[in-house]
Amino acid sequence: MTRARTMLDKLWAAHEVLRREDGVSLLWVDRHLVHEGSHHAFAKIKERGLPVAEPDLTFAVVDHYAPTRDRMRIADPQIARMIETLRTNARAHAIRLYDLDDPGQGIVHVVGPEEGLTLPGLLINCGDSHTSTHGAFGALAFGIGATEVAHVLATQTVWQRKPKSMRITVDGELGFGVTAKDIALSWIARLGTGGAQGHAVEYAGRAIRGLSMEGRMTLCNLSIEGGARFGMVAPDQTTFDYLEGRRAAPKGTDWDRAIADWADLSSDPHAVFDREIVLDASEIAPTATWGTSPEQALPINATIPDPATADPAKAEALRAALDYMGLSAGDMLEGTPVDQVFIGSCTNGRIEDLRAAAAVLKGRKAKVPGLISPGSARIKAQAEAEGLDAVFTSAGLEWAASGCSMCVGMNGDLVAEGKRCASSTNRNFKGRQGRGARTHLMSPAMVAAAAVAGAITDVRPLLEGRQV
Amino acid sequence: MAGWSQLDGMALSLPQANVDTDQLIPARFMSVPRSEGYGAYLLHDMRRDADGTLRPDFPLNRFPQADVLVAGRNFGSGSSREAAVYALVDAGIRAVIAPSFGDIFASNAVNNGLLPARLDEATCTRLQDALADGTGPVRIDLDAQRIVLDGIEAAFDLDASWRMKLINGWDDIDLTRNHGPQIAAYKEQRSQTAPWAWPAAAD
Ligand code: SF4
Repeated sequence: MTRARTMLDKLWAAHEVLRREDGVSLLWVDRHLVHEGSHHAFAKIKERGLPVAEPDLTFAVVDHYAPTRDRMRIADPQIARMIETLRTNARAHAIRLYDLDDPGQGIVHVVGPEEGLTLPGLLINCGDSHTSTHGAFGALAFGIGATEVAHVLATQTVWQRKPKSMRITVDGELGFGVTAKDIALSWIARLGTGGAQGHAVEYAGRAIRGLSMEGRMTLCNLSIEGGARFGMVAPDQTTFDYLEGRRAAPKGTDWDRAIADWADLSSDPHAVFDREIVLDASEIAPTATWGTSPEQALPINATIPDPATADPAKAEALRAALDYMGLSAGDMLEGTPVDQVFIGSCTNGRIEDLRAAAAVLKGRKAKVPGLISPGSARIKAQAEAEGLDAVFTSAGLEWAASGCSMCVGMNGDLVAEGKRCASSTNRNFKGRQGRGARTHLMSPAMVAAAAVAGAITDVRPLLEGRQV
Repeated sequence: MAGWSQLDGMALSLPQANVDTDQLIPARFMSVPRSEGYGAYLLHDMRRDADGTLRPDFPLNRFPQADVLVAGRNFGSGSSREAAVYALVDAGIRAVIAPSFGDIFASNAVNNGLLPARLDEATCTRLQDALADGTGPVRIDLDAQRIVLDGIEAAFDLDASWRMKLINGWDDIDLTRNHGPQIAAYKEQRSQTAPWAWPAAAD
């Protein structure tokens, strides 16, 4: 009898070219996604005079520096140069580029799935930590640094030690107005930002099976914020339905064969994980961060913690976070006034996210300014076809083009010093959205609610009687 | 990249937890070519006021010659930006000692000759107490996987393959290219067993 295997075991074995004596594996890379930030890696292979080994498996996307307004006239020369460098490298190596004017342009982790480049059973690398997003399809997907990007460019392989396995089972059913973002922030708050370090996380359980692909991507995307380089969900009918007919997805007999192979990827029923965590979906409330680390998250009705009564190991971090965020221990999280809002990013910039925000905003006015940047040009077109852009603009929010935008501010979409932003993104690190910017992470519906209230608030009453 | 097995340096305590990659190097400096050097951007917003002047009380500003940091847990968490490692290396840092590291940061560090040495929280705290607000001589022995600081001697954790890489200064691309035939054979076999793994319809 063969040993019961986890999905991680299966994916790993399928990609292992060889394993060294010290236990490190050389893995084959099925898809390599690059962006403007990959310029260091291209410079490295150029230095050595090496070509890109598999240009047909390499895809380039303009996202981090993509202007979200007036994008064909880039005023900042640094930004123009970053984009131009990617163009030059893509051209030199015959790599398909999703440029600013391409109908398929968008954030790399949105474009991959949307184009059908991301598939179950693949190994996907990108020089970006949120590559874990693609694991939502049952792929082995992980972020790498520039030296490794250069290695993948030159060899189409990556050296990696197999991580330990961890399963997060979310049983039960999510309550009204509770989303994948809330699941993610809840488990990270519980286990800490290092909670899953060294582990590949597989999400399982009824609440996960019930999530759309968009929700699963949000969850896998945020795995890295809990320290896990990999997040995964076993492929099922939801996955297949999402992929069928996508541009680069298999067609005809290849599709039939793929479906059969993918159906075998799930962890075997008796597979043993190195770590198991079980959560009850019904206990998860709409959640938002209050501090400067994703683990500093709370259910909406909670009060901001007091360092004096906290775990002494974390007290100093709490104090520093309170100070940076301009908050006081014992304050209610709900009611914290915000200066602006942002909806977008590879975490929550997909069509379902925009629909959820629009469900809250429809017929209402935002009390604070805000920016909405869809995750891709296709999502932008889809949202406009559905009239969501009109909902946003009538509410007083700005509707812009797609890119990483205010998630990281590289394109100039920044939060000003000391300003407080309710944001559907993934990192509330100090200075992430701009020097001195104060970020509160939450679901897109919660961001929309914050816009309407001008303060962090529970989205649920605002969704009462509305189609979500 | 040159390998190393022993380091005699000056250690400095940076006891904050979760010094993430956005703090190690804020995003706005990442469009600079590496040849210009990233050292000036290391922990930029912690070290400098909004107008760019150095904060005289920040430890690294008082002791810019330090080459070993004793940091808090979860050092280098966050993004995959290797620029965070470039900033450390270009500022002369050769090793970071901490209870835990962001996974991607740690492998980026090793790829640039920077040692991410893991030591339990209690020992890190002892080292930090010994250093207090100043610097102190530290010896790091990669072969023996030991560190000595102010009479405190401790064994640190490091993946065995990373240790060899740091000692030998190995470059993965050269190593991997020696496996060319195995990679080609793997590719051939994958194209037979999983033809769907190649993207359909080039456009
Ligand atoms: S949207 Fe944000 S997290 Fe996602 S790839 Fe862009 S910068 Fe990174």
